[in-house]
Amino acid sequence: MKQKAQALFAAAMAFMAAGSAGAATLDTVKQRGVLNCGVSGQLPGFSLPDAQGNWTGLDVDYCRAIAAALFNDATKVKFVALTARDRFTALQTGDIDALVRNSTWTLSRDTQLGLNATGVNYYDGQGFMVRKSLKVNSALELNDAAVCVQQGTTTELNLADYFRANRMRLKSVIFATLDETLKAYETGRCDSFTTDASQLYSTRLKLTKPDDHVVLPEIISKEPLGPFVRHGDDQWFDIVKWVHFAMLNAEELNVNQKNLEEQMKSDNPEIKRLLGTEGNFGEQLGLTKDWVHRIVKLVGNYGEVFERNVGQGSPLKIARGLNALWNKGGVQYAPPIR
Amino acid sequence: MGAVPFYRDPKLRGLLLQAVLCAAIGLLAYGAVHNAAENLARANIASGFGFLNVTAGFDISQNLIDYSPQASTYGRAFLVGLLNTLLVAGIGIVFATILGFTIGIARLSKNFLAERLATGYVELIRNVPLLLQLLFWYNAVLKALPEMAASIVLPGGFILNNRGLFTPRPLFADGGQIVAVLGGAVVAAVLFNVATARVERLQRAIVVRIAAIVVIIVGIPVAAFLAGGAPFAFEYPEIGRFNVRGGSEVLPEFVALLLGLSIYTAAFIAEVVRAGLKSVSPGQTEAAQALGLRRMQTLRLIVIPQAMRVIIPPLTNQYLNLTKNSSLAVAIGYPDLVQIAGTVLNISGQAVEVVVITMAVYLSFSLITSLVMNIYNARYALVER
Repeated sequence: MKQKAQALFAAAMAFMAAGSAGAATLDTVKQRGVLNCGVSGQLPGFSLPDAQGNWTGLDVDYCRAIAAALFNDATKVKFVALTARDRFTALQTGDIDALVRNSTWTLSRDTQLGLNATGVNYYDGQGFMVRKSLKVNSALELNDAAVCVQQGTTTELNLADYFRANRMRLKSVIFATLDETLKAYETGRCDSFTTDASQLYSTRLKLTKPDDHVVLPEIISKEPLGPFVRHGDDQWFDIVKWVHFAMLNAEELNVNQKNLEEQMKSDNPEIKRLLGTEGNFGEQLGLTKDWVHRIVKLVGNYGEVFERNVGQGSPLKIARGLNALWNKGGVQYAPPIR
Repeated sequence: MGAVPFYRDPKLRGLLLQAVLCAAIGLLAYGAVHNAAENLARANIASGFGFLNVTAGFDISQNLIDYSPQASTYGRAFLVGLLNTLLVAGIGIVFATILGFTIGIARLSKNFLAERLATGYVELIRNVPLLLQLLFWYNAVLKALPEMAASIVLPGGFILNNRGLFTPRPLFADGGQIVAVLGGAVVAAVLFNVATARVERLQRAIVVRIAAIVVIIVGIPVAAFLAGGAPFAFEYPEIGRFNVRGGSEVLPEFVALLLGLSIYTAAFIAEVVRAGLKSVSPGQTEAAQALGLRRMQTLRLIVIPQAMRVIIPPLTNQYLNLTKNSSLAVAIGYPDLVQIAGTVLNISGQAVEVVVITMAVYLSFSLITSLVMNIYNARYALVER
């Protein structure tokens, strides 16, 4: 009973909760034994629970990778589905430890919102989807078009900016959730549906007749998506940041789930440092020596995670593009572990 | 007999307890505000209301006042949302009242069919969650209307499709609209005063009231017409490649929200009205009939005025509910205050401030509605001596 009253009080004072969150997140998470990870929960390829409640997706695998590094158990994650509008508040107040919800890294999110973007796990850009029957070939032909857009995203601003810059008239219709937005577009309320291109591909699969719709070639914005943590805990910031870099380095050094045990015996000093057979880099982060071994074993390297969730191994079939490694024509580049 | 110890003096004890309670609440409030401010500062989250002057940058689909993404501020966006909420709540209250009174009276009707239908309406509507009803109406409205390509062109230049109802828009000289509306309002207010001054003396006053309403409905457009320099020009909507251009538009989101709110609230108002009518003693009706009043006259002149005393306080609650329920608009894409606040919150990140503003606005709406209804109630209430 007393606990219940306390819980109620805690709920009432939810906005004060940030006080406890300022402390060492790593200790809090370890003590709890489970990572609270904020995701979208509506996006095939990025985060979506299936009928059995199993979560899959690129963002989901990032949460799992953090849990793997911490607990040597990728299942110790509690996924918290958040709307675009509530996500940052949930992180600020300490409801979640990390936010991996296809969120764009912007200056004001780093400053005004008191958050730290830890890297870019998917380079994206905003695009438009239209019905094929409209015979539109370019977003520049969308003057006067009604555009369905989800609330609480950078997309609303990009949309207004793009139409203004090209002297086109815009009629935007804004919904709270992705599903409502998509449904309105499908009903014909809007001529076009706009969001990050990756989401266009993944939501297209949710439409009754995906082939009747086409994604226009224009990408109207830079949307570097990645995990976020709160300001004020550098250790935790480093951990989340380096989990991402570790996955990139693993791909670059050709360390994957299949050859992991072989690579453990490698003489390559870079691989030795990566997998912890040399040096104590994991311990410097507050983790264990074998942290990358855990991540690769339980989740995989960046390339594996990408292909499995959004790439050729998935229904989305998104090409690596900008998300290829820097030495393969993309811009994914991780600082070295040394 | 010694002096009573202070803790046994009920008056003093009561005061003391109240003081302690007040202090505790004050302390709690102070602690909450202080703690929140400190946490915000520690997390480097910006605070304060300065962001209201920052350019908004996002588009809003329905604006009653001038609004443009590149020139207008967050403050202006809030105002647009506030007016949108007021618009749907205001019209919703009128519709819900008319429908609610009709259904409420029908529930007491001796006509079997009317009574059953009204009962069915009330039971069906008030037992289904409003959000579901809104989604239903939104989809019903969208599905029922034709697509752009198959737009229905109505006589008089009206165009109807699933993007909305588009009407010709009269072109006014600058400021003409404002002058016209103000002028119309003054005329209406004067007439209304004349009508109410006579209401106690003359039954005929009802005629004057109707005249006042007619003046409001017909007078304002006519005044607007004259004030605008009597223009004969209308901007007609035209079908463009994607959308209808020009003219005024009524959004399907607005229609769906209005329908949903009115129909839902009407079910509750009907019950309030039924309770009110039931509260008037049957003797009153019998007496009125004995005096030779017809049924409608009895209802209008004897029963309803007495029933209003019972009806008004719960009716006020329903009006407040309707206004607050309009915040469900975000589910169906109508740009009400909550929806715009949500966008502002996300872009600016000023969560505490935005939520405070939104709550303050709804609180003011509710208090003002209560005030107006209390004044109205005072006029109808039994005069006690």
